[in-house]
Amino acid sequence: MNLQIAALLAQDGLTNGAIYALLALALVLVFAVTRVVFVPQGEFVAFGALSLAALQNGAVPKTIWLLLAMAVIATILELVALARRRAAARAYMLAVAGWLVAPALVAALLWFAAPLKLALGWQVCLAILSVTAIGPLLYRIAIQPVAQGSVLVLLIVAVAVHFVLGGMGLLFFGAEGSRTPAFTDAMYQLGGINVSGQSLYVYGVSALAIGGLYWAFSQTLYGKALMATAFNRVGARLVGISPNFAGALTLTVAAALGAFSGVLIGPITTVYYDSGFLVGLKGFVGAIIGGLVSYPLAAAGALLIGLIESYASFWASQYKEVIVFTLIIPVLLWRSLKTRHHEEDQ
Amino acid sequence: MSAGAPRSAFVRRWPVWATLAALAVAPAVVPQFYVTLLNYIGLYSLVALGLMLLTGVAGQTSFGQAAFVGVGAYATAILTTMFGWSPWLTLLIGLLATAAIAMMLGFVTLRMSGHFLPLATIAWGISLFYLFGTLPNLGGFTGLTGIPALSIFGFELRQERHFYYLIWAIALAALWGTHNLLDSRLGRAVRALKGSLTMAEAFGVDGAKLKSIVFLYAALLACVSGWLYAHLQRFVNPTPFSLTASIEYLFMAVVGGAGNVWGAVIGATLITLLKEVLQDFLPKLLGQTGQFEVIVFGILIVVLLQRAPDGLTPLVQRLLPRRRPADPAPAPALAHRAVAAATGRPLLEVLDATKEFGGLVAVNNLSFELRQGEILGLIGPNGAGKSTMFNLISGLLPLTRGNVRFNGETISGLAPYHIAARGLARTFQHVKLIGQMSVLDNVALGAFLRTRSGVAKACLKLDGDDEARVRYLAAQQIRRVGLGAQLHDAAGSLPLGKQRVVEIARALAADPALLLLDEPAAGLRYAEKQELANLLRQLQGEGMSILLVEHDMDFVMGLTHRLVVMDFGQKLAEGLPADIQRNPAVREAYLGAA
Repeated sequence: MNLQIAALLAQDGLTNGAIYALLALALVLVFAVTRVVFVPQGEFVAFGALSLAALQNGAVPKTIWLLLAMAVIATILELVALARRRAAARAYMLAVAGWLVAPALVAALLWFAAPLKLALGWQVCLAILSVTAIGPLLYRIAIQPVAQGSVLVLLIVAVAVHFVLGGMGLLFFGAEGSRTPAFTDAMYQLGGINVSGQSLYVYGVSALAIGGLYWAFSQTLYGKALMATAFNRVGARLVGISPNFAGALTLTVAAALGAFSGVLIGPITTVYYDSGFLVGLKGFVGAIIGGLVSYPLAAAGALLIGLIESYASFWASQYKEVIVFTLIIPVLLWRSLKTRHHEEDQ
Repeated sequence: MSAGAPRSAFVRRWPVWATLAALAVAPAVVPQFYVTLLNYIGLYSLVALGLMLLTGVAGQTSFGQAAFVGVGAYATAILTTMFGWSPWLTLLIGLLATAAIAMMLGFVTLRMSGHFLPLATIAWGISLFYLFGTLPNLGGFTGLTGIPALSIFGFELRQERHFYYLIWAIALAALWGTHNLLDSRLGRAVRALKGSLTMAEAFGVDGAKLKSIVFLYAALLACVSGWLYAHLQRFVNPTPFSLTASIEYLFMAVVGGAGNVWGAVIGATLITLLKEVLQDFLPKLLGQTGQFEVIVFGILIVVLLQRAPDGLTPLVQRLLPRRRPADPAPAPALAHRAVAAATGRPLLEVLDATKEFGGLVAVNNLSFELRQGEILGLIGPNGAGKSTMFNLISGLLPLTRGNVRFNGETISGLAPYHIAARGLARTFQHVKLIGQMSVLDNVALGAFLRTRSGVAKACLKLDGDDEARVRYLAAQQIRRVGLGAQLHDAAGSLPLGKQRVVEIARALAADPALLLLDEPAAGLRYAEKQELANLLRQLQGEGMSILLVEHDMDFVMGLTHRLVVMDFGQKLAEGLPADIQRNPAVREAYLGAA
């Protein structure tokens, strides 16, 4: 291996790592706020990439049917809950507006905008929007009814949701993979090393997204509410932050980050309906290296995974996954020897 | 005991006998297809049973069980087909390999809480799956064929109907052994691992070691299932050992529920039938094949867990006759710790103890001693650092500086379970009982260090003698603190004041030389406080030394021999209760400037 190749692999590794980092952040956030180890995060990635591919062909992403179906179910659940509480009429109207009308508007937008073959930038926005809208609905339907359950029950529900969304992915997008066009074909020379514009895009946009999240969590009211919930669920509840609201908002952010990652990864590799799982898993591994609590550590762990994967695929491509997942064990050993742990679970 | 008791116990267990009878005659009466199904249910039950213990009871989630099944299956497949070894020998090799891997994974992850075991097991499960598929000589993703049939005493188990009996004999033996294990000394400790680790360690349980044992136990069960699978199918490929399969095992364990070993069978049955039905009927119903099975399957799991978060076993148990457990029969006493009479020599010495949390100094250069046979009170206003001091003594928190000596030996720096072994037992300010477990079992956990039976003895029910002694002792201690009527109640159902008293009984069951009581009288009514004071005096009369943290001044003044007063982490005063009451500094700390 010469320096050229090493640099190329590093570039690849960092590109994938940046995407894993976005997913790791989403996973840390969802876990901190809702205690759910959010296995279906990978499906958002696949949905994002494949929706964009559909829009590229001028087709309506079939996920809008899922969106509409979920909107109807969520609205019914919400109305029943309101009726049990004997809520005021205004609450019913808000519920219908939020849970039924808003997702329906998103679906309608996709329906009418898809055949227009808008510019790539608009298509990216539409793809991300269509997936993001699934986030809060998923929370309302699948997670909110068990939100008080143990971490284990939440995990199993998340795994089941992963199965459902994976199956839907095959149904909507078929078994063939898709590759979306690169945002740019530009190539730059940096000290004798070729750097693709696409990877610079990924770095820049990931950094921007991470910076944006940081800003949102430290500066905006809703961001602070989420942080408060993550820090102390009971305390947040006492100061008036509804855990259900926080959960739905968190899943919205997670879905957006997932779709965003999908859009970024689409030009790099062919995405299949089930590709998201391994991608999400690697993000999860990064998050775990960060202990599922620290955002910078999670991001660093994700970058590390990207690099390991890239070099492993060069040396022993057949054993790429084996190497990536086995190398975690020494990392865990190091963490285990470093921390003297003592805490009560749950 | 009435003469009819044994027979009625037999009769009350009719659901178990009925199940066993049905299992025994099934292969003779049901069609081949159902025999196959039952075989798989048996194989899955073995794996789910280990997970029920590991995940459901001990709270450690593993995504690697299918990989352990794979180790068992591939070990025998490789060694029998390539080297012609006997399947019984390859079972042993598979078990050894599984044990080595499980111990390594356990060592790496189980000392930490939370998500490290799931991650490590996902990682190793995926790695092994790809290894099976890519290593040369293992047949790739198409697999290995030509695995010989098992034979027992020269009888070849070639037919599924015959293999059935081997599978279910092993599965039922595992169910019986695991049931016994859960109901033993180690079983009580395992039930404490989920959420009560601190408490368990204070009574001598080495949490990380116990978690490793449970992980190993579950892995070995999975390995046996894999060995059986390979010889039933006579063919292996990587697919049944993938992460997806591990996830299905988790579904079985969680859907079944953790309350009872039969939960594993219920979970395995339900998931197997559900998949079978969906794969069979959905395509007919919808007129096309596709991913509908997995979608409907996922939705059903979500709905099921939303309706029954604790799994199906509690629902099934509600339909069955309830057994009221008998009070423990009298049994010989356990060995008692030799305690010297009140000699007045120092038993516990705290020397310049300091504890800093970041910049906050919770305990600052505190020194005091407790003499053999006395009741020493540690008092002070809220936030004075009393409970922190308590945790420093019992080893729950490490000291920043200073030294704690017990019986002339330095104990600071030792793990809580090692300190417990030296004769310290404590209660907790925030009650730490295992809510679903009976008062009797909670108290019996206190005697963890007084008997020695391990996993093998417990599984084979060879610990009956020890158990009878422990249970009788626990019952005696519970009666002693006045809760004899609540012996079999779930500890969590008692009012808080009584739960504190259960904590005292549990500490007494440990037969300590020094009893550490953290606010034992909080939440008790006046008469109950009087009874508690009498009990403590009586214990002191029997030679026990007691360190008491308390808020209730009347309670403390009438009971203790000496008092140490803390304020802002420091010692404010020390002396006889009467002197302390007159001490101006103490009055100021409690009542503000006079």
